[in-house]
Amino acid sequence: MTEIKPAVKPRSAMVGNHRSFSWITEKICGIAEEKTPVWWWWCFAVACIVASFTVIGITYLVATGVGVWGHRNPVNWAWDIVNFVFWIGIGHAGTLISAILCLLRQKWRTSINRSAEAMTIFAVVCAGIFPVFHVGRVWYAWFLFPLPNSNYIWQNYRSPLEWDVFAVSTYGTVSVLFWYVGMIPDLATMRDRFNAVGKTLKARLYGFFAMGWRGSSRHWSNYEMAYLILAGISTPLVLSVHTIVSFDFAVSLLPGWHTTIFPPYFVAGAIFSGFGMVLTLILPLRAVYHLEDLITQYHIDCMCKVILATGTMVGYAYAMEFFIAWYSSNPYEGFAFINRAFGPYWWSYFIMIACNVITPQFFWFKGIRENTTLVFILSLFVNVGMWFERFVIIATSLARDFLPSSWGYYSPSIVEIFTFFGTFGVFSVLFLLFIRFLPIMAIAELKAVTPQADPHAGHDSSH
Amino acid sequence: MAEKPYGLIATFDTPGALMHAAEQVRDAGYMKWDCITPFPVHGLDKAMGVRRSKVPRISLAGGITGFCTGMSMIWFMDRFDYPITVGGKPLFSPLFAFPVSYELTILFTAFATIGGMFFLNGLPMHYHPVLNYEDIRRGTDDLFFLVIEKADARYDAANTRALLEKVGGKLVNELES
Repeated sequence: MTEIKPAVKPRSAMVGNHRSFSWITEKICGIAEEKTPVWWWWCFAVACIVASFTVIGITYLVATGVGVWGHRNPVNWAWDIVNFVFWIGIGHAGTLISAILCLLRQKWRTSINRSAEAMTIFAVVCAGIFPVFHVGRVWYAWFLFPLPNSNYIWQNYRSPLEWDVFAVSTYGTVSVLFWYVGMIPDLATMRDRFNAVGKTLKARLYGFFAMGWRGSSRHWSNYEMAYLILAGISTPLVLSVHTIVSFDFAVSLLPGWHTTIFPPYFVAGAIFSGFGMVLTLILPLRAVYHLEDLITQYHIDCMCKVILATGTMVGYAYAMEFFIAWYSSNPYEGFAFINRAFGPYWWSYFIMIACNVITPQFFWFKGIRENTTLVFILSLFVNVGMWFERFVIIATSLARDFLPSSWGYYSPSIVEIFTFFGTFGVFSVLFLLFIRFLPIMAIAELKAVTPQADPHAGHDSSH
Repeated sequence: MAEKPYGLIATFDTPGALMHAAEQVRDAGYMKWDCITPFPVHGLDKAMGVRRSKVPRISLAGGITGFCTGMSMIWFMDRFDYPITVGGKPLFSPLFAFPVSYELTILFTAFATIGGMFFLNGLPMHYHPVLNYEDIRRGTDDLFFLVIEKADARYDAANTRALLEKVGGKLVNELES
């Protein structure tokens, strides 16, 4: 019998132009080491001005009261939770890239995981602002955590909102840890480079956070195992976080919210929006720093395909919600969906469908995936669409529930709009600082996926 | 050179050369030695004879602790210390306690994993003889090193140096302790 060998499919190169190890080090470290470019200062200044909207909006809220937001009966919960879910969802792509793609051995994650993880952390920061300040007397926000207080009363663990406190704070903490652990070898690289040029203070600072990493193989062995376990636990974590976020709605009894499809639908939407944001951030970064050899067309292709897949899943969920609303014969459920698409918020529903279901379909075409400008514009639509998805779900269900006599119409106040607008500044400030001071790509991991990193390179694979 | 050297260090240009050398150093019976690489070299563990990492055991302990902490915390607070009926739901049920316990399982596992990794690696350690070596900065860039410690039972300045040169090590030098 002749032995049948599987076809050998040529793999796409993860690093273009056969770049060497030292080229990678030089390229990535150079970004943080060079003199601060002028464009950076301009962006930073604009980001600070935008961020000040959040600072001012929140200061005004704390000084006056939650009434400065547009929440009125029956919509007591609107932009704050919309913005919270929007930002948390964006964060999820970072964890997906770093954890799930790590477990699936998708090597293309290596050049984007660091910046995507940074995006996750900064998005969680922006997300956290809204629920924390929505509690009203923000100095009592610590009541959310199980700390003994003078009322002797404990948190209500039967509430999904309390689950959310644990889910989001765990998510934030684990994301920071994962990001930091991944960065240790690269911080050591930067420490050594600063030492070599005699910048002792910087070398000490980076060295402090590098923990004295020296690239020992015995350390790498434990390190890789720890990294794998962190990836392994971050995967169920990211899925559980958005599941619990969706429980905030699904566990209630409101028509349009009380559905079992919410957890998977929210997770798919989160990944969809997150990849949109990753592209929005990475494409300009790639152009500014000429990172085409590290973020190749193959990487962009992969991300576009993930957006296509998850966008289509989200579209399926929209359709299935409608089907179930009809099939369940529940008049309230049926009304909730007719009202969503054709009620007073019809415009937001159609923005959502256009951005989330139609936009990603363009990514079927190779020509579009290869047009970076177009990909960037489409990624912006994804971001917009996913914000509207949360708005549609939250505002339409609350504004028109069971009793027509208690219906209302919600519009945000100017304070709310400014506070949300400002979070893009907060996010940008943090991201710009990240670009300036930290290695924006996982240097050690990138080297490990180059062909010359294979110890059997150039030999036969007999040993 | 130093009066009390820490050991010998040899330089290699490629991961392949280092792996080849590591196999021979392992077969020569050395125990206290190490490789310095800018990235994790696939298969080097085996070539060095390094056993499977013990980090997972610590992670498991962390995870179990986290889950038990979650369940017992909620039982203590809502059922034992200050029971309040809310919405006619039971005072304690593992079902509604599950999401929080699940998150704490992951949180504690993460801390245990990272703490365990640092502990097993003996980090942070900001001073180490290897870090004093002149060329070592390229060990986090593009070069590969093999270090044999003087503390090893088989260490012998001349023979060990000869071994390192035989296995292809360039620039075999003594490390100051």
